[in-house]
Amino acid sequence: MVDGLEAVQAAELPTGGAFLLQEVGSSRIVSPETFTEEQRLYLKTALQFSQEQVLPLAERIESKDSVLLKELLRRAGELGLLMIDIPEAYGGLGLDKTTSLLIAEAMSPLASWSVTFSAHTGIGTLPIVWFGNARQKAKYLPKLATGEWVSAYALTEQGSGSDALGAKTKAVLSPDGRHYVLNGSKLYITNAAFADVFIVFAKVDGERFTGFIVERGTPGFTVGPEEHKMGIRGSSTCPLFFEDARVPVENVLGEIGRGHKIAFNILNYGRLKLGAAVLGGMKLQLGNALRFAQERKQFGTPVASFPLTREKFARMATLIYAVETMTYRTAGLVDARLAGRARQAADYDEHVIAAIEEYAIESSIMKVFASEATGQLVDDAVQIHGGAGYIEEFPVERAYRDARINRIFEGTNEINRMLISGLLLKRGVKGELPLFAVAQSVEEELTYGGLPRARGEDALAAEERMAECLKRLALYGLKVAAEAFGTELEQHQEVLAGLADVVMDAYALDSMVTRTRQSASNGELDAARVAMTRLYAMEAMPRSFERTRRALCASTRGEALGAHLARVAPLQLFTPYNPAELREVVVSAVEQAGGYPLSVVC
Amino acid sequence: MKILVTAKRVEDPESKIKVKPDGSGIVQEGLKYKINPFDEIGVEEGLRLAAKHGGEVVVVSIGGKEVQEQLRHALAMGAHRAVWVNHTGTLDQLALAGLLQKVAEKEKPDMVILGKQSIDDDQNQVGQYLAEFLGWSQATFASKVESLESEQEKNKVPALQVGADGKTVRVVREVDNGLATLECALPAVVTTDLRLNLPRYASLPGIMKAKSKPIEELTPEKLGVDVTPKIQVLKMSSPPPRKAGIKVPDVATLVDKLRNEAKAV
Ligand SMILES: Cc1cc2nc3c(=O)[nH]c(=O)nc-3n(C[C@H](O)[C@H](O)[C@H](O)COP(=O)(O)OP(=O)(O)OC[C@H]3O[C@@H](n4cnc5c(N)ncnc54)[C@H](O)[C@@H]3O)c2cc1C
Ligand SMILES: Cc1cc2nc3c(=O)[nH]c(=O)nc-3n(C[C@H](O)[C@H](O)[C@H](O)COP(=O)(O)OP(=O)(O)OC[C@H]3O[C@@H](n4cnc5c(N)ncnc54)[C@H](O)[C@@H]3O)c2cc1C
Repeated sequence: MVDGLEAVQAAELPTGGAFLLQEVGSSRIVSPETFTEEQRLYLKTALQFSQEQVLPLAERIESKDSVLLKELLRRAGELGLLMIDIPEAYGGLGLDKTTSLLIAEAMSPLASWSVTFSAHTGIGTLPIVWFGNARQKAKYLPKLATGEWVSAYALTEQGSGSDALGAKTKAVLSPDGRHYVLNGSKLYITNAAFADVFIVFAKVDGERFTGFIVERGTPGFTVGPEEHKMGIRGSSTCPLFFEDARVPVENVLGEIGRGHKIAFNILNYGRLKLGAAVLGGMKLQLGNALRFAQERKQFGTPVASFPLTREKFARMATLIYAVETMTYRTAGLVDARLAGRARQAADYDEHVIAAIEEYAIESSIMKVFASEATGQLVDDAVQIHGGAGYIEEFPVERAYRDARINRIFEGTNEINRMLISGLLLKRGVKGELPLFAVAQSVEEELTYGGLPRARGEDALAAEERMAECLKRLALYGLKVAAEAFGTELEQHQEVLAGLADVVMDAYALDSMVTRTRQSASNGELDAARVAMTRLYAMEAMPRSFERTRRALCASTRGEALGAHLARVAPLQLFTPYNPAELREVVVSAVEQAGGYPLSVVC
Repeated sequence: MKILVTAKRVEDPESKIKVKPDGSGIVQEGLKYKINPFDEIGVEEGLRLAAKHGGEVVVVSIGGKEVQEQLRHALAMGAHRAVWVNHTGTLDQLALAGLLQKVAEKEKPDMVILGKQSIDDDQNQVGQYLAEFLGWSQATFASKVESLESEQEKNKVPALQVGADGKTVRVVREVDNGLATLECALPAVVTTDLRLNLPRYASLPGIMKAKSKPIEELTPEKLGVDVTPKIQVLKMSSPPPRKAGIKVPDVATLVDKLRNEAKAV
């Protein structure tokens, strides 16, 4: 191992993006196996609520019964499920982010409910928790904590979606200085039909981007009709209209002209949380597909016994393992950064925001990875159902439609892919992350024909080396692209997106190897976890190699390109495992458990 | 009033239960556990009585360290404190009742509520033994046959009603041919049936508070109870697998089969 790589692995708590520079297993990660007793109990209550009180009402929820949704929010409030991120002083519980995510996971089996819940507890409530003043917190948070009031978040406009700061909605101070008068409109606002409190972004004097708390009933503020959506049909999505809407000056949220701070930090957390917010649904779909396939017979045989069906089960379980592992690892990093800080301290929320921002790269990874993993999973689930998967009577049909939105909101996957590579490079340039130093040593190492060695000599030694190879591919590709394009690199989106995919595969495999090793009992690695990690590596390695190669081809040409290709060539490792045998190990665990085999609630 | 409620740790009926090949017990590996559902109903009823009449609910569980999980669950539901009788190894129903007797004599509750049986070995004995040992009145299978869903359940006339003077309890019991109502002098032992109530979820604030509620540790020695089993389990075996059913073309064939093959009519 070259010095540059060794230098960065010492630090205890990795900084954001540092996983790319550090060896597999450099620090312990949080995973469901490490949840505390309380966290397990919280999860149990939340799962019970979701399974007994929400799922049985799926059909009524899907028919846009907003009275019912509001009632469910209130019941969730009674159980404390809306209180997690709200400080104790304002009627909340002030719990950690890992807990917040595992509750989000428990709420996720029915997507319409999940989105309603997340919009309220996340983007609707957190702006006030993080940026509200004491008076605003005291007025709104206790009611949001119980579900007496419901909140919504209004950033998007007809003309500004991805370009969130391009809002046209304008706020002008009234002559008497007591109100801001808002004019403009918002689009696609979740919970709009029944929310009591709206976080609205507008530009003061058409220039200074600012957050406002707008209450339902504010004169001049109206909610438009429901959109008719492809999926999450039970959730409410409406436009908002402001025609000389008079918002009291005391409802300005945070500082005037600093609304982007609110918008971006809320987005960061939402992205991290998205991993959790699809996980419960993924697990449910795997269990449902299994049950269906065990009962459905063709050619005199349950379709669950056909190898091509079993291949799908293994892929589904592997994707769940990947999302679950990365999600809680990232949440654990945020919590670790906050460990030891007094929740009552006046500057606590600033540290929360900073901790979440620190892991913005990992959060964007979660957003893209989880939304696409769930897309793949519901596709497999429909396919396993055959024609039935296309018929509304079967919940999988709904799950298929519901999954699609995840790639669009919380920043489209295109925007998030740009962020993954972009933030890595930015932190490298700023010297916050020794990205270029490490990339340089990778280049030297490759020039001399050095290859990563595995630290652990167990069943995952090859996958550990593959994870190291993926990191080297990403680093090498980023370095070459940065050198080739300099400040123009932003324009070369395919290069950045392709390398973002390599970074994602690296984070996934690094996390899976680490968790599988960490959860060994009596030194024995669990066979199903090993098999899932191997299956993942077998997919990730060739595709990431290919993506890096394309990025190199798009960045350089001629002799230089030849040299780059020759250098990275040895990084494409190959494991001669029999995929059908690996798949069987996973599927028999799935069959035994009746679904995803690593359930944590006991 | 003070109510003592049991919280036994049992195998979760949703996990797959397998008998060990040698018949010495069941395979523990991979099993999940939960509070005995009848006990959970007992905790719920205790909490409702305590909310109405004031007082406290004390939960008790007997077993190794792991039973603290079930105690925490009951504490998270709202029970005030817990007693843990630390003992690993087999206990028969007489020993269990003996231990509970001593706990009850120590705690002096107005009422002990137990599940009518625990869903692991379905004995349906401990409550009855306990009443006998204590010399208290008993009402088993407390129930109320009403829909458990919805608001009605919360507002129904409770199956357990303590008299105005606090000296008696009126209990609606489920019996073979309907409901029977008993009035017992307090202190009394009550065992719960399935349809008594719908237990609440442990709320998140409840779970947080449970962390700081006390669990008192006792042992059979400290309680002075000899727990040497008088009953020995010789062998466990799985029930024979059910034979597949058959489809009959019409009612006449059905009646014929019931009469001549099943000898049921
Ligand atoms: C069901 C639903 C609920 C929603 N809830 C809310 C809510 O509660 N609050 C809220 O404020 N918003 C909400 N939204 C809006 C959502 O956040 C936006 O739809 C999303 O940000 C995308 O913006 P857009 O629709 O304007 O698409 P556009 O930004 O117009 O994107 C169109 C396409 O162009 C691509 N693109 C755009 N810019 C770039 C670029 N720079 N580089 C490369 N590609 C680019 C995009 O990736 C996409 O493929 C919701 C949307 C839906 C559908
Ligand atoms: C909208 C719609 C329109 C249709 N229109 C018509 C029509 O006009 N006329 C008509 O006759 N039918 C029609 N169908 C039926 C359609 O052709 C069947 O749904 C399709 O052939 C799949 O059969 P199935 O639904 O029974 O799925 P199954 O055969 O039960 O398949 C379930 C799963 O098992 C897999 N599987 C099954 N056998 C094997 C095997 N041997 N090896 C590996 N995997 C296997 C399948 O690939 C699938 O993943 C229609 C269906 C739909 C949804």
